[in-house]
Amino acid sequence: MSPVWDVIIVGAGPAGSTLARTVAAAGYSVLMLEKDRDIGMPVRCGEAVSDTSLRELVDVDPRWIASTIRRFRLIAPDGNMVEPDLGGHGYVLERRIFDYDLARLASEAGAVVRTKSYVDALVPGEDGFAGVRVKGNNGATIERARIIVGADGVESRVGRWAGLRTETRLRDMECCAQMTLSNIPVEDDACDFYFGQSVAPMGYLWVFPKGRNTANVGLGISGMAAKKRSPLSYLQDFVARTYPQAGILTTVAGGVPCAATLESVVSRNVVLVGDAAHQVNPVSGGGITSGMRAARLAGEAVIAALRENSPQRLGDYQRQWDKGYGAKHRMYYRIKEAVHGYSDETLNRIAAGVLALKPEKRTIWGVFRVALTRNPALIWDMVRVFGLTSFDDDA
Amino acid sequence: MYIPSLFTRKGPRVLLIQIKDDACDFCGCCVGVCPEDAIELQEARITLIEDRCTNCAKCVWVCPFEALIFLKPGAGVLPEAGK
Ligand SMILES: Cc1cc2nc3c(=O)[nH]c(=O)nc-3n(C[C@H](O)[C@H](O)[C@H](O)COP(=O)(O)OP(=O)(O)OC[C@H]3O[C@@H](n4cnc5c(N)ncnc54)[C@H](O)[C@@H]3O)c2cc1C
Ligand code: SF4
Ligand code: SF4
Repeated sequence: MSPVWDVIIVGAGPAGSTLARTVAAAGYSVLMLEKDRDIGMPVRCGEAVSDTSLRELVDVDPRWIASTIRRFRLIAPDGNMVEPDLGGHGYVLERRIFDYDLARLASEAGAVVRTKSYVDALVPGEDGFAGVRVKGNNGATIERARIIVGADGVESRVGRWAGLRTETRLRDMECCAQMTLSNIPVEDDACDFYFGQSVAPMGYLWVFPKGRNTANVGLGISGMAAKKRSPLSYLQDFVARTYPQAGILTTVAGGVPCAATLESVVSRNVVLVGDAAHQVNPVSGGGITSGMRAARLAGEAVIAALRENSPQRLGDYQRQWDKGYGAKHRMYYRIKEAVHGYSDETLNRIAAGVLALKPEKRTIWGVFRVALTRNPALIWDMVRVFGLTSFDDDA
Repeated sequence: MYIPSLFTRKGPRVLLIQIKDDACDFCGCCVGVCPEDAIELQEARITLIEDRCTNCAKCVWVCPFEALIFLKPGAGVLPEAGK
C-alpha cells in the first residue's frame, strides 16, 4: 500500500506552495499536486502586489519583479484622473517566475511536488477523508493523507467534495479578460484603474506596466454584467480605442471570487486556502498575498493538528482568519457592493471633488478625512481601499 | 466540440449547454459558479457532467470568452453544432 502523507495539497498556486513550504519545513511529509504541466503558467493575473504585504510573507527576489509601482491613477468615466499619494510602493510581478519559485522553495523545504496530476475526487475515510484520487497519464491512483488541503483556486471543487458549499454567486464572480500588450505608451511606475459603465460595469479595468512598453491590460466585471455582454468584447473595445498600435502578446480569461470569505473554510480533515476559500480582497480583487497569508495561518494550524494528532486544531485557522482578515474582507465586501451601484455621474462628481482639493491634501488619508466631513460617499472608502489595501493590506 | 444529449436523467432537456472547445481558455470561471459541480476541467479539457447539470445557465453567463452557449432543442442549431 502507498504511504500515508501527512498532508496532500491540491493546487500549486501561491497559497498551495506557501502552505506546502510551511508544513514541510516543520518536518512533515507533504505532497502537492498540480493539474497543469507548468507551475505558474498560464498567467491569469494582473500581477500587482504591495511591497509590505509581500515582504511580510517571503524574501522578495528581484527576478520576480517586472516593475516597481509608486503611483496609482484612478480614471473617472469623464477622463478626470485622481492620483492619491500612496505612501508606499508595490510591484507588478512576473508570476510565471514567482509561482514557480514558491513551488521550488516548498520543494527545497522537503515537499514533494508533482505536476500533471489532476485530482478528481476525495476518498472517503473513517474520520473525514482518507485521501484523493489522482488522474495522471497512466490512469487513476489513490494517494492517502491525514490532512487534505484544497488550494485549487477559483475553480475549486475540493471543498464541495468535503461537503462545503463553495460555489461563487453569479454577482460575486468577477469575470475577467486580460491581454499583455507591447509597443504601448505606459509609465513604468504607475498603475491605472479605469471606472465606468461603458468601460467595465460592476468592476474596473486595469493597466499594470511590466516595463519596456508592455503592460497587463485587463478588466473584470460582475457575472451580472457579463450576462449581458462578454468581458472580452469590453476589453477589445478599450484596446482598439486606446492602443490601436499595440501588439497582443497574450490573451487570457479568468475569474476572481470577489465574495466575503466562506463561512466554513474547514470541514473535518479538509482545509481550504486562497481563492478556493474566497480569500480575495473583494474590492481590489487582489488575492496573491491574502491567499498566502491565509496559507501561513492554515499551515500553522495543520502543524498543530498533526503534532497533537487532533484535527480539531484546524479550527484555529478558521478562528484566526475570521477575526483578522475575514472581518476586514466582510467590510470590503460591503464597500464593493455599494461602489458597484455607482452611476457614471456619481463617479465623475467624486473625482471632481477630489481634484478640487489642494494637491498636498491629496494624500489618501487627507482625502479621506476631508471626504468624511464633506461627502460621506463610499467612493472615499474605495480610494482608501485601492490606495492602501491593495498595496498595504494591513491599513 | 461537445454536444450534450437531449435528455437528462430527470427528463428532457429544456435548455442545452454547449461548450465550444476552440473558444475555451480553461480558466475555471464557469466551474466556480456552477451550483451542481457539473463541470470537469482538466489542463486543457473541459467536460459537462450531464447527469448533474440542471441547465441553470450560470456558466454561460460568466464565461469571459463566450465559449459556452445555449442550444435550444428544435431551434435548428443542432446540425450546425456538429461541424
Ligand atoms: C485576470 C485576473 C487578474 C488578477 N489580478 C490580480 C492582481 O493584480 N493582484 C492580485 O493580488 N491578485 C490578482 N488576481 C487574483 C489572483 O490571481 C488569485 O487570487 C491567486 O492566484 C490565488 O492564488 P491561489 O493559490 O489561491 O490559487 P491559484 O493561483 O488559482 O492556484 C490554484 C491551482 O490549483 C490548480 N488546480 C485546480 N484544480 C485542481 C485539481 N483538481 N487538481 C490539481 N490541481 C488543481 C490550478 O491549476 C492552479 O494552478 C487576479 C485574478 C485574475 C483572474
Ligand atoms: S447550466 Fe448550471 S448546472 Fe449546468 S453546468 Fe452550467 S452552471 Fe452548472
Ligand atoms: S468560463 Fe469559459 S473560457 Fe473559462 S473554462 Fe469555462 S468555458 Fe472555458
